[in-house]
Amino acid sequence: MNDQPVFDEMWGHGSDDARTPYKEFYNWFEGEDPARLRRKQREAEEVFRLMGITFNVYGKSEAEERLIPFDIIPRIISGQEWRTLSRGIEQRVRAINAFLHDIYHRQEIVRAGRLPAHMISQNAAYLPQMIGVTPPGGIYTHIVGIDLVRTGENQFYVLEDNARTPSGVSYMLENRETMLQMFPELFAKNRVQSVQTYPSDLLRSLAASAPKGCNSPPTVAVLTPGIYNSAYFEHSFLADEMGVELVEGHDLRVVDGRVAMRTTRGYKPIDVLYRRVDDDFIDPLNFDPSSTLGVPGIMDVYRAGNITLANAPGTGIADDKAIYSYIPDIVEFYTGEKAILQNVLTWRCSEPDSLAYVLDNLSDLVVKEVHGSGGYGMLIGPTASKKELETFRRKLVANPDNYIAQPTLSLSSVPIFTKQGLAPRHVDLRPFVLVSPDRVDITPGGLTRVALKAGSLVVNSSQGGGTKDTWVLKD
Amino acid sequence: MLGKTANGLFWMYRYFERAENTARLLDTGQRIALTRSGNTDDEWDPILKTAGVADEYYTQHPEGLSKSEAIDWMLRSKDNPSSVLSSMLAARQNARLVRTALTHEVWEATNGCHMRVKDMLSRKVNERDLPSVLGALRQHIALVRGATHGTMMRNEIYNFARIGTFLERADNTARILDVKYYVLLPSIRSVGSAVDNVQWETILRSVSARGGFRLEYGPDAGPRDIASFMILDRRMPRSLAFCTHKICENLGFLAADDGGATPSIDAALDIQKNHLSKSIDDIFDDGLHEFIETMLGCYRNLSHQIERDFRFSV
Repeated sequence: MNDQPVFDEMWGHGSDDARTPYKEFYNWFEGEDPARLRRKQREAEEVFRLMGITFNVYGKSEAEERLIPFDIIPRIISGQEWRTLSRGIEQRVRAINAFLHDIYHRQEIVRAGRLPAHMISQNAAYLPQMIGVTPPGGIYTHIVGIDLVRTGENQFYVLEDNARTPSGVSYMLENRETMLQMFPELFAKNRVQSVQTYPSDLLRSLAASAPKGCNSPPTVAVLTPGIYNSAYFEHSFLADEMGVELVEGHDLRVVDGRVAMRTTRGYKPIDVLYRRVDDDFIDPLNFDPSSTLGVPGIMDVYRAGNITLANAPGTGIADDKAIYSYIPDIVEFYTGEKAILQNVLTWRCSEPDSLAYVLDNLSDLVVKEVHGSGGYGMLIGPTASKKELETFRRKLVANPDNYIAQPTLSLSSVPIFTKQGLAPRHVDLRPFVLVSPDRVDITPGGLTRVALKAGSLVVNSSQGGGTKDTWVLKD
Repeated sequence: MLGKTANGLFWMYRYFERAENTARLLDTGQRIALTRSGNTDDEWDPILKTAGVADEYYTQHPEGLSKSEAIDWMLRSKDNPSSVLSSMLAARQNARLVRTALTHEVWEATNGCHMRVKDMLSRKVNERDLPSVLGALRQHIALVRGATHGTMMRNEIYNFARIGTFLERADNTARILDVKYYVLLPSIRSVGSAVDNVQWETILRSVSARGGFRLEYGPDAGPRDIASFMILDRRMPRSLAFCTHKICENLGFLAADDGGATPSIDAALDIQKNHLSKSIDDIFDDGLHEFIETMLGCYRNLSHQIERDFRFSV
């Protein structure tokens, strides 16, 4: 399906020796009895089931909870590689925050002619309710997940900037926890950087973004749509780990100009709300009036500066796939530096020349919906049937603005453990970033998603992908 | 603590207690049926009544009572909100809601219990297998209780869990007694007969208290002693006096934290003062059935008052 050779993170381009970061691991692996490893793999699954580490599948019976398959072979990144990635990620999230502030204020980037005005004014993710609003601490996107893919020894690309509500961090933590339980000896041999401070870093970062003059320490809470949401496990996990309340819309109301939660002793004001409810649903008075998940009037409290919402409403515009194609310009515009991390080459189908190119080369490209996510509504040209290509061609012609196209990347692979032994599978990587007024924290690790089917490029858990523990080595 | 969390804890532990009590009743039912020579389906009628699920059963089963259907109704029916399976699902659902208030051990035990029970009850349980299924069930619930005792902080989270447990248990003990006195043997002439004694034995078995009772009351003790044991004896962990005492104690801790009394603690203390300081002779003279009816009403009102006092919902 692809002529470029696949870069395997353990074996490089087919060498006989494991690449340096994997050497120690591979020595251990070779000395292990496969039967013991198979038993451990089953044990790991049992741990996940018992801990209820599940996600709910939309469209299935509401009680259905599924496990995300976990693979015991870690994905290993050297300290050197990580340093480059971190610098690039930090530069990117700083630029994204500056961009968000700008487009809700003076729109210098549009005035400077670096971004067409309609990219903002006609974007569904742009919220007029946020115009002129500066969030407490000036931060728009506090919690970011940058999706990266790798194609070679030194080639990393950003695939997506998840600036609104990145999920998956609980898997990063539980995967590590599971590996520590299963194979403690591995962590004695390899110097793996710890990820376990994420919950306390998150709490610190949220508290640092609290409105001025609030309680000390600020009261933080996590807002979830409820137990039927696909990421409910993660919401409760994070609230639990941070030691803060997990609230739903019906636990909250506006009392005396503050957002307050109903406790057994009356209403208690909240200073920082880590909300995992989408913009549309967060306030029936200001957005979707039919929503029962939000809090009537919360936007008015927010605009008055009396609560911090993380992430801010209206940040979604920064992870829109059409804006994505401008991110290298955005980085340059706000930081004055060249972007350290590369974007994947992207054709905006809204532009006639690009559309013509995309239509001519459809079977070589990946086409995505501008606002889509989760791997839904996308076309992978090289593996699509003739019929699928034709259907998509019609969609493209009918509504070109809704699509972007990218070349099919030759994603790197990392071996998974199968009955037949090690077998390469494609992976991506989502590191997690915390932004507060005084600093940017990037947890050394992240979520590695892996396609479990041989040759498949779709790593999404909703479509049968699995996860791996992600190691960043100290070196 | 969030009112919603208090609500979830209260009901999580109520439903666990209900699942266990229904399992105990099933055990009792089977035992009564086995020790009677006739072994007719009718034996199950008082059991259904005790569990408070008889009316719905007859509505759903116009063809009448059958042993296997009665067992299935109490054990697995999704139409019966108090069946073991429904109670277990409701307990787990509430546990998910309040997960952040639970320790990892309690959550794991809850999950393990839920997985095992769902698996055991995925198909109809043969009467032959009933004792082992019920045994496994009690064991798994005991793990949740053990994890609760061993790992949970003694704070308001624990208090709400305990209040839910004991309100449900008091309700169940009262119902069991009522069935014995009102439903099983309406005729005063049978009192003291051989049948009567076997049934009292069975009642004691259903609350796992035969040995304890004999130890405390000796070999000659009769029905009145058993009633006294189950209503007034504070050493017996399923008695009304014990449960009510625990409810008062936990409401007291909540009130102390809060720096003031709530209407619910007054209501709970009133139950103790007005009804549980009587002698067993007074209770029998006024009528055991009437006494039980009064108690069930008191517990119901107390439950509503707790929901209001602690803002369980808007």
